Amino acid sequence: MNRMARTVTTRTITGGKIRQTLGELRELQRLTGSVIMRPLSRQWRMRRKWIDDRDMRIVAGEFIKPNDRLSSFERIEIYNRQYWFRLIDSFYGDFPGLRAVLGRLKFNRLAGAYLTEHPSRSYTMRNLGRDLPQFIQKHPKLAAPRYELASEMARFEWAQVEAFDGPARPALTVDDLLGKDPAKLRLAIQPHISVLKLKYPVDDYVIRLKKSGLRGDASNAIEEDSPEERRPKRRVLIPRPKQTFVVVHRHDNSLYYKRIEEHGYRLLDSLSKGATLLKAIKSAFDSNPDPELVKEWFETWTELGWFCKA
Amino acid sequence: MPANRFNGFTDLGIGIGLRIPHYGHILSKKPTVDWFEIISENYMCDAGRPLEVLDQILEQYQVIQHGVSLYFGSTDRMDRQQLKRLKELVKRTQTPFLSDHLCWGSVDGTYTHDLLPMPYTFAAAKNTARRVREVMDYLEVPIIAENVSSYAEFHVSEMTEWEFLSEVVERADCGILLDVNNIYVSSKNHGFDPYEYLNNIPHGRVGQMHIAGHSKYEKYILDTHDHPVLDPVWKMYAHAVRKCGPTSTLLEWDAHIPSFEEVHREALKAKKFLNAVKDRQDAAAVLATA
Repeated sequence: MNRMARTVTTRTITGGKIRQTLGELRELQRLTGSVIMRPLSRQWRMRRKWIDDRDMRIVAGEFIKPNDRLSSFERIEIYNRQYWFRLIDSFYGDFPGLRAVLGRLKFNRLAGAYLTEHPSRSYTMRNLGRDLPQFIQKHPKLAAPRYELASEMARFEWAQVEAFDGPARPALTVDDLLGKDPAKLRLAIQPHISVLKLKYPVDDYVIRLKKSGLRGDASNAIEEDSPEERRPKRRVLIPRPKQTFVVVHRHDNSLYYKRIEEHGYRLLDSLSKGATLLKAIKSAFDSNPDPELVKEWFETWTELGWFCKA
Repeated sequence: MPANRFNGFTDLGIGIGLRIPHYGHILSKKPTVDWFEIISENYMCDAGRPLEVLDQILEQYQVIQHGVSLYFGSTDRMDRQQLKRLKELVKRTQTPFLSDHLCWGSVDGTYTHDLLPMPYTFAAAKNTARRVREVMDYLEVPIIAENVSSYAEFHVSEMTEWEFLSEVVERADCGILLDVNNIYVSSKNHGFDPYEYLNNIPHGRVGQMHIAGHSKYEKYILDTHDHPVLDPVWKMYAHAVRKCGPTSTLLEWDAHIPSFEEVHREALKAKKFLNAVKDRQDAAAVLATA
């Protein structure tokens, strides 16, 4: 959007007696979009200078009418602020754990930087945070000093968005697997499921946050104030590093996270990468696995509907 | 004019928006409600809880789809994937018609997720009407376009908002979702007479009405949908119903949502205005046959 805004000349599209053309309509929408999506100042207000350093009051006055109570600047500022309030509020809903890890100010700064680089390219806000885990890895300073924890939390919370309403394919049952040759059998993991290897026990942390009264949903309504402070009622200690293996999944349309063992993680990871069952089992265990243990896992996992046809 | 070709010849009565805090109450108590409006985008997903709840609601209730992302006024090409998903949902809900807003909100494939005001120009009207037709052709259901509330106006506008609305719906041959609260909010923000708006639209095209609450600030009014309907809006609603006939009406309450009963009670206040017009129409019919 910023790239486009630099090319916009406001003068060609301001009022006049000649009727607007479709091309001019598009240019006006580009300009308006650029103004509305431009990051706010630290005080959550519209910036005073435009990208070419002109006074924003003059730029706004070129395409927005003032009225008897509000200047052109103030009128378009309402939209500029609502844009950011709405998107950051949506982020609060999707990444409450990340917000708790970073704190409100740092979270807002990260969200602002991310949304500036990755504005929404979809009709739905559901996909807004899809690239956030990668963004944090690319910009560790924005999440410092808890960059690693923040990065893992973003992965974990995005997995929950996917598990909530992501696609599901017909689940395989234990009977579907019986009698199949493990050297040839390939199983896929349901597309809405994420099998995660994490450096922190973020699942436990999120559960403790929820118990402490963390806000759990976002509102679509227009907020009159900047995204408000929503602190947990009790302070929850930041977790220490500990390798953790978690499957984020959905069962009976409710969201769950299930801890698994490292061998289980390796097995599921191999299967999801297309290995045959035999190969996946071999790659998961350094020595001969306990067949009863593997059988028990598969009974549980198929009962939870994790597998589908490859 | 309650049932017309723009609302699939339906006369639905008074509905309320289906909102998450009320799911439990609705599914367990099964209250009597004429119809529910859903936000289409909330159910344009692959699977999971939203669709499970929707299917349960559909077993009991008439559902009408209302969208927030078609952006009829945008200059981008329509997103075919979005239309495909929307059509799948239309088949699921069997909505007799569908509504979305007379606004824009995306440009060059980037979405603001806001309902942005249109510049009221002939070029914009033509473009908007073309996109409404495209959506109608694809979805194969009637469309009613809703007037939005707004806080800014463009210098470039060549006509009033109600002239623009009329121009678009006539060109597209679609219906109107007349949001009375939005007219009130915009009239205060832009300083026009809301009754002039109500008197100068094609009343025969109104397929549904919306009412809602708003919030007053020192220099403007915000369309917050977080209050009961205010008196001046009820007054305008009464006038709109007299002009358009007893039209199917929805109460919007999207923030600080109270109990289901409170929302429904507020919505049912519309009944007295609808009944007053119906009674007048009945009396006129009796006189005509006498």
